[in-house]
Amino acid sequence: MTQPKTHRFDTLSLHAGAVPDPTTGARATPIYQSASFVFPDSDHAAALFNMERAGHVYSRISNPTVAVFEERIAALEGGVGAIATASGQAALHLAIVTLLGTGQHIVASRSLYGGSHNLLDYTLPRFGIETTFVDARDLDAWRAAIRPNTRLLFGETLGNPGLEVLDIPRVAALAHEHGLPLLVDSTFTTPYLVQPFAHGADLVFHSATKFLSGHGVVIGGVVVDSGRFDWDAGPARGKFPTLSEPYRGFHDMVFTEESTTGAFLLRARREGIRDFGACMAPFTAFQILQGMETLPLRMAKHVANAQRVASFLAAHPFVESVGYPDLPSHPDHALAARLLPRGSGAVFSFSIKGTRAQGRKLIESLTLFSHLANVGDAKSLVIHPASTTHFRMSAEDLRRAGIGEGTIRLSVGLEDPDDLIEDLSRALHAAGKTKP
Amino acid sequence: MHLTVAGHDTYVYTGGRALVPGQPSILFVHGAAHDHSVWALQSRYFAYHGSNVLAVDLPGHGRSAGAPLPSVEAIADWLVALLDAAEVPAAAVVGHSMGSLASLEFAARAAGRVRKVALLGPSVPMPVSEALLDAARRDDHVAFELINGWSHSTPRQLGGNQVPGMWMTGAAMRLLERSPPGVLFADLAACHAYAAGLDAAAKVACPALLVLGERDLMAPARNAQALVTALRDVRVVTLRGAGHALMAEQPDAVLDALRTFVQQ
Ligand SMILES: Cc1ncc(COP(=O)(O)O)c(C=O)c1O
Repeated sequence: MTQPKTHRFDTLSLHAGAVPDPTTGARATPIYQSASFVFPDSDHAAALFNMERAGHVYSRISNPTVAVFEERIAALEGGVGAIATASGQAALHLAIVTLLGTGQHIVASRSLYGGSHNLLDYTLPRFGIETTFVDARDLDAWRAAIRPNTRLLFGETLGNPGLEVLDIPRVAALAHEHGLPLLVDSTFTTPYLVQPFAHGADLVFHSATKFLSGHGVVIGGVVVDSGRFDWDAGPARGKFPTLSEPYRGFHDMVFTEESTTGAFLLRARREGIRDFGACMAPFTAFQILQGMETLPLRMAKHVANAQRVASFLAAHPFVESVGYPDLPSHPDHALAARLLPRGSGAVFSFSIKGTRAQGRKLIESLTLFSHLANVGDAKSLVIHPASTTHFRMSAEDLRRAGIGEGTIRLSVGLEDPDDLIEDLSRALHAAGKTKP
Repeated sequence: MHLTVAGHDTYVYTGGRALVPGQPSILFVHGAAHDHSVWALQSRYFAYHGSNVLAVDLPGHGRSAGAPLPSVEAIADWLVALLDAAEVPAAAVVGHSMGSLASLEFAARAAGRVRKVALLGPSVPMPVSEALLDAARRDDHVAFELINGWSHSTPRQLGGNQVPGMWMTGAAMRLLERSPPGVLFADLAACHAYAAGLDAAAKVACPALLVLGERDLMAPARNAQALVTALRDVRVVTLRGAGHALMAEQPDAVLDALRTFVQQ
């Protein structure tokens, strides 16, 4: 009786958040495809609206199927709760607008997914929120970029596309020294490879479109709260009035008083999801839940395949470089071994010793790797970032982000790795024979 | 709301409403290493239905200053001082776990101040296992893990939270982790040492309610039997399938039991 009782990761992947349906006994989580939920009586209705009681009212605010997904990812991340969103983009937006307003500032890694970069660099300034981008590896640069109006530090567990490994413990410590939370995009890693909260991150978001769902069939996102950051104490005091001061939009609720560990999520649901409305559909949540049941199995295989493919490419004479942290050649190899002991995911880039035309030939010669803009599918994927995902970036920004004309990004799927290697081998050969 | 009680800044959650003189009052007393937020789904309701709500953070807990009080008797005396500071003549008192012992002792000591007393997850006595006390004494995280494991019924360990999107055991763990070093040990030691529970129960003059969790491993329902015998005017509500974390596991059932009891 003196052993603490907790369920382990693989068990939580299957069970967390889900209970057999109380009315039908259905074992799979039902798709509660209902816009609204009937109130037992008027007093109950009023109590639900006023947060005197908990429950579902309207599927923009919460939905039983979606809530199972939210609980499950919160369990796997080791957080207190989560809010599912219409997309990964919506999750990032929700996290930011819950905490920041006009006149405030973010410090972010420069190595971001192109869509995150778009939001921060081009769009949010129109709403008065500025971002300074820094080299993810340069702690002094992070420190130097923090201003009195900074409210958030943000990076990806594995940067895009160079797979810079975010030194979460050090960046989090820096953030906390300044009374700021660290938000981490863990899309490429999922909680199977790293639990950012265990290393000091305060908020995590995912594009659930990717490995969480795992089959390339949905668009979805989620933001998870560690519940650890004290929004109203120490150097954070006074910095987060959306959480620590009365909110006129909800009966003057002071979220930090209402909930000691869930203030961020309360505000994000009571304001962000309510007013911006980028909620997740129940059918989407159902499909993500199906994917998450096999998350540990899939991630282990994704990583094993990626390691095989990366090693093959690294040894190939037509390949100039492979940027994968599990290879000793990657600048963050040692950090990856510490933070990502189960492997550095299944998305990485490599460059050929060839021209743009040869790069195009390579992509067109692949038969198992599908040429498309996504990652984290069970099927292997390939793309040419310079002409697609990152095409808006200037040549200088591309160079700084480590993207060359011949850079090719792979998302390694669950096929037999020998078939993937044969496919790449054939395509590299074809590219090599093409006129430069 | 902030008050000064026994010389220390004290936080009292009032359910989103200011206190209204003349309204009936309900005082909520949390358990070991907890704070007012464990009452979120019971307290706010009363504040919006004609009651003054005082969900306290005990000294050294949550937003209240001071050191944790050394005994259940000391907490009971502090509750008297709290009502004085809030200028509340009398209240219905609702306590959970350690807070239930303090509420019981409060009702015995200050009969005129307690209109009714509701004890959630009580156990008299409330012996704390040596392993848990020992881990708490060392501020070992294992103490939180043991409590979390014992406080939630087996099904709730896998979720099914009535609060959409919240992971019950994760939130419970973070709340425990917020308690400063030494607080959990002080609280558990106070529970462990409290020997006067049955004497106190015999002195309680007001109506009492016991809310028990059928699957409570921290304070097993059978440990409340002696209390049932000792209390003069008592009713018992046993929540099917519930563990010790009653307010989180079955928020509506707890609220409904309290509503019925307070309104009777
Ligand atoms: C790392 C990363 N973050 C965020 C996103 C945005 O997610 P979504 O496309 O679901 O909006 C993506 C999508 O490609 C991504 O790869």
